[in-house]
Amino acid sequence: MDYSIKIGGEAGQGIQTIGDILSHIFAKAGYHVFTHQDYESRIRGGHNFYQIRISDKPITASRSKIDILVALDKDSILQHKEELTQQGQVLYDSAYLKEKFSNANFIDVPFLELALTQGGSKLMANTVAVGAVIGMLGMNPKIMFEHIEKTFKKKGEEIINSNLRSAEAGYKYAKEKCLTCSFMVSGFESPKMLITGNEAIGAGAIASGLKFYSAYPMTPSTGIFNFVSDHAKDFEIIVEQAEDEIAAVNMAIGASFAGVRAMTGTSGGGFALMVEGISLAGMTETPLVIALAQRPGPATGLPTKTEQADLFFALFAGHGEFPKVLFAPGTPEEAFFLTNKAFDLAERYQITVIILTDQYLADSQWSYEKFNLSNLKYKDYRLKGEEFKRLKEYKRHTFTETGVSPLGIPGNSFHLVITDSDEHDEEGHITEEAFIRNKMVEKRLFKKLPLIQKEIEPPKLYGTKEPEILLLCWGSTYGIVREVVDELSKSYRVSMLHFSEIFPFPEEKSWLHLLRKANLVINIEQNATSQFAKLFRMETGIKIEKHINRFDGRPFTVDELLERVYEQIR
Amino acid sequence: MNKLDKFKGIQPAWCPGCGNFSILKAFNEAMDELGLEPHDFVIVSGIGQAGKFPHYTRCNTFNGLHGRTLPVATGIKLANHKLRVFAVAGDGDCYGEGGNHLVHAIRRNIDVKLFVHDNQIYGLTKGQASPTTMKGIVTKTQPFGVFSEQFNPLSLAIALNCSFVARAFAGDITHLKEIIKSAINHKGFSLVDILQPCVSFNKINTFEWYKERVYYLPADYDPTDRVKAFEKSLEWEDRIPLGIIYLNKRPTYEELIPIIREKTLLEQEPLIHRIGDLLAKFY
Repeated sequence: MDYSIKIGGEAGQGIQTIGDILSHIFAKAGYHVFTHQDYESRIRGGHNFYQIRISDKPITASRSKIDILVALDKDSILQHKEELTQQGQVLYDSAYLKEKFSNANFIDVPFLELALTQGGSKLMANTVAVGAVIGMLGMNPKIMFEHIEKTFKKKGEEIINSNLRSAEAGYKYAKEKCLTCSFMVSGFESPKMLITGNEAIGAGAIASGLKFYSAYPMTPSTGIFNFVSDHAKDFEIIVEQAEDEIAAVNMAIGASFAGVRAMTGTSGGGFALMVEGISLAGMTETPLVIALAQRPGPATGLPTKTEQADLFFALFAGHGEFPKVLFAPGTPEEAFFLTNKAFDLAERYQITVIILTDQYLADSQWSYEKFNLSNLKYKDYRLKGEEFKRLKEYKRHTFTETGVSPLGIPGNSFHLVITDSDEHDEEGHITEEAFIRNKMVEKRLFKKLPLIQKEIEPPKLYGTKEPEILLLCWGSTYGIVREVVDELSKSYRVSMLHFSEIFPFPEEKSWLHLLRKANLVINIEQNATSQFAKLFRMETGIKIEKHINRFDGRPFTVDELLERVYEQIR
Repeated sequence: MNKLDKFKGIQPAWCPGCGNFSILKAFNEAMDELGLEPHDFVIVSGIGQAGKFPHYTRCNTFNGLHGRTLPVATGIKLANHKLRVFAVAGDGDCYGEGGNHLVHAIRRNIDVKLFVHDNQIYGLTKGQASPTTMKGIVTKTQPFGVFSEQFNPLSLAIALNCSFVARAFAGDITHLKEIIKSAINHKGFSLVDILQPCVSFNKINTFEWYKERVYYLPADYDPTDRVKAFEKSLEWEDRIPLGIIYLNKRPTYEELIPIIREKTLLEQEPLIHRIGDLLAKFY
């Protein structure tokens, strides 16, 4: 089983509702699910779609071909009918589209009419559509009914029942009318969890003891802010909507200085405003975690689309020289655990850790059996309570073997915690002394950096250990490149080398031999200038000659990327 | 031992005769009279001559970036609202670079005390106009004189219903000390605009200039009357009022956040053991 369902229409028509209900039904059925969304920066109108892929085997990306197209407007048919497979079906309501199609694979389901007659409100049309898709697939409707009951639980008996009737009506109608439907769905297995990149970062932060999240809303990072806010009460977290991103980062720095784990999240334009704050955190050695969800720039760019073009910006963010760590998770699971690692490293080494994602990963849903929570790490590195009080003397920036000074909490003892954005002495007082300056740079940079490098995991190899073709990539392209490797493995010895802990490069460099041995190394990036390949050369001296780039704001699809890799092989 | 020795910081690098020395003296005396120890509070400062202030007394210190005192102070206060948080900034720092933060800190009514060293000029960068420089004054970078309307921090604060608005003068240490104490004893965001002559770069608003104009609000002045207070805040040219111009009893921001009603955020253990419940919601 490997089917793709696309729901297309204008913003505000309920594409998200239909997509979310369907994908959750599939995950509950125990199928492997992958979803991605393409939307525009508007609340009404335009053309948006939500694509769901289901399989009985693990999947990590969307395919180009679709099996069921739910067309809520005519544009969806015009734009996507070429993507249909041979047995592909189109679900539409001629009353919506004001047009009837005679093609055998076009099923006219009266969403609106069934909603009114069965559900009593045209608002139920989306539920009719959900029922129709499940009916076409020939799935047992049991899980659909259960999920609808759960979803509308808070809205009362009447709403639940009218939704159930609407879903059933759609289900029966499509099942009866779809004469050419030949879908074979798998039996139910134990339910899977379904999680987006943004949710995984939020959950990872909470799992790491997040106490303070300050941000200014900006697509596509807002999902993290929403997620943390949803759980602020249960997990005793303060969420603060700042007046701007400058305030957001400075508030997080203040909270962190005061002794709690703090984080902020934004996208490129907001990150630009945070840059002086990153430098401040660098100088004052205040732990800080930032999620940077990339979208295409420059300036406002394509606000709801995807790109990996802020790697250099994040890498060099902040005036002056100070250590910093960059992560770029490839999957929600990695996002969860790397966020955990980000908090640990930030506090342990008193540095800024930036988690780079993009709209594609932020909004994509992946399914999992479970996350192995025993892999989470929580260690409190702060100096506080009795341990702090017992000290005879305390200097916030005292010189140590490791460069890491004890991180005291202000007000926690009679010792004073002093820090300064100016160069400072061990106590934290402003100084311009050359000798101290040199020692401080040595402490912040040269002593800490090698220790941090030891913490960085090497890139992950997927595929054969002795590849003739090596595909190099980083961050959110993981799932797509992985499926390309699966396809190419049928005819070639091919592997993917994926980087998710992207800066600094790990101390361990045994993986470099893969590049020397491979006949063809292709670097794949969702940007115009192959920034990662440039970073790669900076860190290893190796220049990569072949590149595949995409920068129209849309993610690679497996089939398209496969085609472009073939072009390089030929 | 002098009772103020515990507040003796590093050697100040201010110009001899600078109004900041009297602010420092008034502040240290106020701390002593309030019975506060250096570790009982934190001062967040920005950049400018005022930004160096916390180094010259003794206290927990976050000397941050130009204009960003209030967001850092807000973060500290939200993380640990039992710690007293003071912000010290200059007129360029707080009314110029950080103006947006001032507006929103007042709106939030976070319990932070803001002391602005207002010398109506940029001192650290040597004599450019600040938002409070008076119209027409010629400086190095305003060769035709200042065209912009003079920034009025008190009127702005009253318009935003700031819970404590006062003005003091570095030339009267005793009065300034009392204002500092009142601000600290008040619950809610407090703005104290301190007129502070800059002996090096402001040759117009000198000690004498202020001395001739300042007067104390009479004992029967009612600072809770917002409209009267607004009127009072507009006085400048010939007579400049000193004292508590406006106050109200709005609840503080921290008081409104239910999760820190019992304990500070800092005192709460992270609930990481409950992460399993959180992930269960994804099924």
